[in-house]
Amino acid sequence: MNVVAALVAVIGMVIVVWFGVGVLKLYTLFGVLVPYAALLTFLIGLIYRMVNWAKSPVPFKITTTCGQQKSLPWIKHSRLESPANNFEVVLRMALEVLAFRSLFRNLRADLRGRKLYYGSSKWLWLGAILFHWSFFIILVRHLRLFTYPVPGPIKVLDAVDSFFHIGLPHLYMTDVAILAGLTFLILRRLVDAKVNYISHASDYFPLFLILGLISSGMLMRYFLRVDLVSVKEFVMGLATFHPKAPKGIGVIFFVHLFFISALVAYFPFSKLVHMVGVFFSPTRNLPNDNRRVRHINPWWEGVPPKFLTYCEWQEKFKEQLEQAGQPIDEDCYKEKKS
Amino acid sequence: MALPKRDELLKDVNYDRMPSKHWMDTKPEFRPGTYCYAAEPSVVEDLGLPNPRKWQPHDEDWKLPPNWKEIVLNAIKDRMERFRSFKLFMDICVRCGACADKCHFFLGTGDPKNMPVLRAELMRSVVKGEFTRSGKIFGRLAGARPLTYDVIKEWFYYYYQCTECRRCSVFCPYGIDTAEITILAREILHEIGVNIDWILKPVRFSAFVGNHIGLQPHTIQENIEFLLDDIEEITGIRPEVPINKKGAEILFVTPSADFFADPGIYTFMGYVLLFHYLGLDWTLSTYASEGGNFGLFTSHEMMRKLHAKIYHEAERLKVKWILGGECGHMWRVVHQYEDTALGPAPKNLEVPKSPITGTVFEHAKSTKIVHICEFTADLIAHGKLNLDPSRNDHLIVTFHDSCNTSRGMGIFEEPRFILRHVCNNFYEMPENTIREKTFCCGSGSGLNTDEYMEMRMRGGFPRANAVEYVHEKYGVNRMACICAIDRAVLPTLMKYWVPEVSISGVHELVGNALVIPGEKKRTTDLRFEPLKGVEEEA
Ligand code: HEM
Ligand code: SF4
Ligand code: SF4
Repeated sequence: MNVVAALVAVIGMVIVVWFGVGVLKLYTLFGVLVPYAALLTFLIGLIYRMVNWAKSPVPFKITTTCGQQKSLPWIKHSRLESPANNFEVVLRMALEVLAFRSLFRNLRADLRGRKLYYGSSKWLWLGAILFHWSFFIILVRHLRLFTYPVPGPIKVLDAVDSFFHIGLPHLYMTDVAILAGLTFLILRRLVDAKVNYISHASDYFPLFLILGLISSGMLMRYFLRVDLVSVKEFVMGLATFHPKAPKGIGVIFFVHLFFISALVAYFPFSKLVHMVGVFFSPTRNLPNDNRRVRHINPWWEGVPPKFLTYCEWQEKFKEQLEQAGQPIDEDCYKEKKS
Repeated sequence: MALPKRDELLKDVNYDRMPSKHWMDTKPEFRPGTYCYAAEPSVVEDLGLPNPRKWQPHDEDWKLPPNWKEIVLNAIKDRMERFRSFKLFMDICVRCGACADKCHFFLGTGDPKNMPVLRAELMRSVVKGEFTRSGKIFGRLAGARPLTYDVIKEWFYYYYQCTECRRCSVFCPYGIDTAEITILAREILHEIGVNIDWILKPVRFSAFVGNHIGLQPHTIQENIEFLLDDIEEITGIRPEVPINKKGAEILFVTPSADFFADPGIYTFMGYVLLFHYLGLDWTLSTYASEGGNFGLFTSHEMMRKLHAKIYHEAERLKVKWILGGECGHMWRVVHQYEDTALGPAPKNLEVPKSPITGTVFEHAKSTKIVHICEFTADLIAHGKLNLDPSRNDHLIVTFHDSCNTSRGMGIFEEPRFILRHVCNNFYEMPENTIREKTFCCGSGSGLNTDEYMEMRMRGGFPRANAVEYVHEKYGVNRMACICAIDRAVLPTLMKYWVPEVSISGVHELVGNALVIPGEKKRTTDLRFEPLKGVEEEA
């Protein structure tokens, strides 16, 4: 049901574009207005998200410590898992964001009889890395469409990515990798009982959307060739805010453009904001230096705690204290008089 | 209802078999052994908490206030505004499932709502359903649902099936900490008077008497005298335990269970012997007589209220710094909350410095509170202790990392360093069950009550399973730990799963091994159990 809903939504998009562009010839709507609107939504949405998170304070320093604390000088502390200062926090975050450190820890628990076994389970990590890094590289590669002349580093990236010179045009390695990664992530959601059980339609939707995005891109490149010169001309127009209604470009290009627009517009309002959110995560982005550096909680600062003070307590248990021979603090009475 | 037999308990548990119904359509069954009793009205009233009344979770009608829904929604909004963690964690989970089989309660029940991701989703779905437009439009497709009476019951059931252990947070690629969500969910439930007795009673005692079980000043002293009698019988030495002594150098604060409950008392005997050996200028306080803090399991405000007495007492007694005993959640509070909640430390406190080795504990220079394992490890490293580890030769020891000190502090090496010096037989449990990946005792966060026994045995199963492994492989018969809840609950857990293994604090083993000038030849350990080799001689 969840899967079907997500799939239908994505297929529906193809139909909308095919009808809108192929039949109604709404080039300006789908080529210019939709992408601009999507970009605007993305920017405003993302800024709104970040401001909204930033508005809530971080009242406590609740680092999840995954390694030895910095304490005695002769004990080596874990700089990456229990960072003792901000520099080490940056290292920890870099490892999380670039290499998915925590996901790499993944284990799989198996119960046999009444014995538990833990196996290493790095498949999710591998799938996630393939997917994310390929996505990133593909995105950067696209800059060749937005720039003139194309910067050297992007040319190099392009050359490396198509290094094996398979087919014509040369097959990009990242295209294969992202398909492999995505397929794995989708299959996993369908096949793994636990993950299947927790999945909403909104978990399948971005996967199918990105699959559609990539498939349309690959179709365009390897099979239903579109006229790259017109595409570049059109994209440059968009990028320089002098949009020209595209001409002579196949419908498949508009499908691709619509998918990326949809993804971008959907981004800030869905779980995809994890890209930005991960940087805000207080269990990861704070040092484990709690006893060395005081962290301020804005809504408690200047608000003293209410509790049973010693003198109140002494009044209550005076008899017992005296009987047991425990000292009575005379200062309690001095203060009262003054 | 009787607790099922050891080999029966898990027979229906299968991590790969999920219910056919969507999780939003299933309801918890309040089966005895799987939930805790509600707090008595008088306790709720004394603490000034909302909606005191007689009720029980298995009742149909929970007698919530008429505007309960409004209260809960406002409470959620308030927490979102005050806690970035909460807001963020509601937004960024991708349901990758990396956390799913990391929770001991899932591993012990196979109940999908005990997967941390679903536990969080119980709240997240309501946040989406009640506060976002897309959630209202797309409903279940977006993982959203409205807040209903049944949701409240479900929250109660599952947020009291989380021990706030943070194991899930270690594995989550964004560090989403379901413990944080549980802490806040409990806080929110308190606002409509949904609570448990086992937590609020100790909270009341702590607030009005000074410690969890309401030990009054003279009772604490009497208990300690008994322990000193035992020490004298075993070692021939009677150490002094200074009480409420003004001007002492160090205030020692430990969980109150160490004064009276087996096996915590042996840990206490270890502390006392150590301090005597060192000639430390220390004092105990019968006012700040509790390091543990069940307030943490109630609300941030309550945690603060109960913990305030420690600095307050340190100021009154004019000590120089504070030494903290072996306790898990006490150290979560001391390490991650104290300075923020109650700092800056009183002016009379100084940066802690070991009077024996001269080591300055720079890492505690703001809070001025040092963990006893840090203190002792430093002593051993400087060769200041005369230790005879063979006095622990009757024990084959493993070490249980407590959740709070592991994932909310990072003290891993200090206790191990001590153990390697005070005993000859020390074996680690499997790598995936220790240190930051350690498993909870299954009874933490105030769930160590008898009516909850089945769930405790289930939740503690992954820990027990690892103990069983080292018991079979190396003959381990003792598990050391640095937590008072562990010492209170692990013996029960072991009795059920691995009866051959007993539990102790690290400093009990220190106390056994410490060779004290003027002591008599020891024939037993601090539990009056014969030392190895002694039996044969006799
Ligand atoms: C700083 C950047 C990012 C980081 C650190 C990051 C990290 C992660 C991690 C660790 C996961 C969990 C593993 C998995 O399920 O694959 C994940 C999931 C996911 N990410 Fe990202 N991500 C980033 C950016 C993005 C971007 C830009 C997109 C796409 C537009 C994206 C799309 C997804 C999707 C769709 C999933 C869910 C996969 C599934 O359903 O199984 N991420 N991300
Ligand atoms: S590991 Fe984190 S992101 Fe993945 S399902 Fe669990 S809480 Fe969500
Ligand atoms: S904090 Fe611990 S008990 Fe709670 S959901 Fe996470 S793993 Fe389970």
